[in-house]
Amino acid sequence: MDEAGGRCARFETWAIFRQAAPSTPVRHPPFSNRLTFGQGSTVSIQLAIAVTHLVSRKRPTLVSLVGIALGVAFFLAVSSLMRGSERDFIKRLVDNSPHLTVYDEYRNPQPQPATLRWPDGAVELRRVKPLREVRGIRGHAQKLAFIESLPGLRAAPVLVGSVVLTFAGRSEGVTLNGIVPAKMKGVSTIEDKMTQGSLEALAAHPNGLVIGEGLARKFGLSLGGVVNAVSPAGESRALKVVGIFRTGNAGYDETQTFTLLKRAQGLLDRPDRVNRFILQFDDPYVAREVASLIEARIGYKAVSWLEASEDLMSVLLVRNLIMYSVVSAILVVAAFGIYNTLSTIVMEKVHDIAILKSMGFHAHDIRRIFLAEGVMLGLVGSLLGLGLGLGLMGLLIQVEIKPPGATDIVHLPIYWGYDQYLLALGFAMASAVGAAVLPARKAARVQPVTILRGMG
Amino acid sequence: MNPILAAENLGRVLPGEVPVTLVQDVTLDIERGEFVAIMGPSGSGKSSLLYLLGLLDTPTSGRVWLDGRDTSRFGEDELAATRLEKLGFVFQFHFLLAEFTVLDNVLLPMRRLSARPEDEARQRAAELLRQLGLGDQGHKRPHQLSGGQRQRVAIARALANDPPVVLADEPTGNLDSHASANVRQILHDLTRELGKTVVAVTHDLTFASAADRRIGIVDGLIAPDWQA
Repeated sequence: MDEAGGRCARFETWAIFRQAAPSTPVRHPPFSNRLTFGQGSTVSIQLAIAVTHLVSRKRPTLVSLVGIALGVAFFLAVSSLMRGSERDFIKRLVDNSPHLTVYDEYRNPQPQPATLRWPDGAVELRRVKPLREVRGIRGHAQKLAFIESLPGLRAAPVLVGSVVLTFAGRSEGVTLNGIVPAKMKGVSTIEDKMTQGSLEALAAHPNGLVIGEGLARKFGLSLGGVVNAVSPAGESRALKVVGIFRTGNAGYDETQTFTLLKRAQGLLDRPDRVNRFILQFDDPYVAREVASLIEARIGYKAVSWLEASEDLMSVLLVRNLIMYSVVSAILVVAAFGIYNTLSTIVMEKVHDIAILKSMGFHAHDIRRIFLAEGVMLGLVGSLLGLGLGLGLMGLLIQVEIKPPGATDIVHLPIYWGYDQYLLALGFAMASAVGAAVLPARKAARVQPVTILRGMG
Repeated sequence: MNPILAAENLGRVLPGEVPVTLVQDVTLDIERGEFVAIMGPSGSGKSSLLYLLGLLDTPTSGRVWLDGRDTSRFGEDELAATRLEKLGFVFQFHFLLAEFTVLDNVLLPMRRLSARPEDEARQRAAELLRQLGLGDQGHKRPHQLSGGQRQRVAIARALANDPPVVLADEPTGNLDSHASANVRQILHDLTRELGKTVVAVTHDLTFASAADRRIGIVDGLIAPDWQA
């Protein structure tokens, strides 16, 4: 017992109250530094109290942290998988078709000169027929040059038309694409899909033709076979198969054929014409903006893949919404853990709260202490969850799947984009702080007198 | 000279189906440097009176004057700020924060007020503990101390921001006679040596006999001729 020491203190000095500062430096007792936060500011004392609350209740704190960490980890694992598969899907969608196609059409019919002259005219001219013209993109060389001057894209001119192929007494209507092989390679994956021959072979054979595997099987054609092509314009020519491709899309493989642009122009009787530009971007998502730019500049209709597959994009959006609401639900459940922990702390520490308030702590000091606890749980839990989630994603990417009927081993597509980390962090912090609001408010409302009366 | 603490027709009724009157029509003046003991039987309302004087509770009638200011119009934040600067509390149970060291407990009010730099506040806390004979206990946790020591830490904490008034609710109620005598002596010396005003609710006759003035409370009313 140290009571004697207390009596010895008999206030012979109390110097501390008589002078502004002690004249002799006081030897500091060896404090524990664990809870002494840098400066004596109000914020740091609030934080210090918040930390002690969490540290003194290790098990519930740990459970709350695990809840948030698991929530964030699952959030990331599911999100990376869903977003990865979405990207994979889009990649397939995008790579097998052009990012942007410029057609030799106008989005809206050209207004008639009379309408332009008298826009408010009361009389409408009927049975007006547009001027007959050779279809195709006018001045395609300059327009292509303009498009190619834009950064981050590659463009190729194409003339698309229909021809009938006949071979060994069998006829088949197909789409003939007149291409420039060197440019086509930059905008299409067709080059990678060649099973026999190559796209470049077209350049060497002015009468060369590249067909799909489906069509080749239909005709019983193989490399080097000669097939007769007849166009609606009445032209006819024998073409030699110099390449066979397989995209896996049966419709495409049976109907699409490629030849040199010059040959197609001759066959279709549209000399020096092209009716499409096919564009490929480094970043497919800029297609929509570039489409409107091109359309504004050259007038022809430019359709991006985003516009062409708007229905699919909205399906993907709905899918993402569903996925994010499910994974956020995990975090909402985790938030109940935090709510539970903090409510218990408020109940257990109600005497501390009463003494702090009687000492002169404001209601908002107390509220901030408990909000800070929510923030700390959320932050630490999120960081743990981030590590765990990255680990899970690392495991998922190693999973190997062999789809039935396929020969290649496929890896799960995983998306590593930073936006999902921010989203997970945002959801986790919102749940954690949201869970802290009610306990914090309850703590702030503690009336010291109620507690003191209970004790007295 | 103005009284440091004054009650004017102070009343407190707990609302409810059957309203309970805790304190009624108490008027009293407490001078600077006075050592006042409030006495009375259990449930007489003496603690309720102390809470009203300490701005912890809001009166249903009347008002409290502290240091010449009418506190009846203070908002909750202003009341808290006034408690922080002008009042120090010592309760029957020490109410130290268990997770903090003794020194950090004494530092709490100073850190909240933020009037002193951390360095100076630490020196002051250490000096306060030394004055109360706890100079070598600063690094300990409250549970490592005896009851009397803890109560002295609570006194050090009450004095941290150098308030003019110290209010004590049964400060010796939980202590053995030796420790009680020590705490009584300290509170007495606070008024004599430092000019603090001490108002203490007590059952302890020895404690009350050390006071300058004894106020009896019975059924929430001042009982001038009350004898324990």
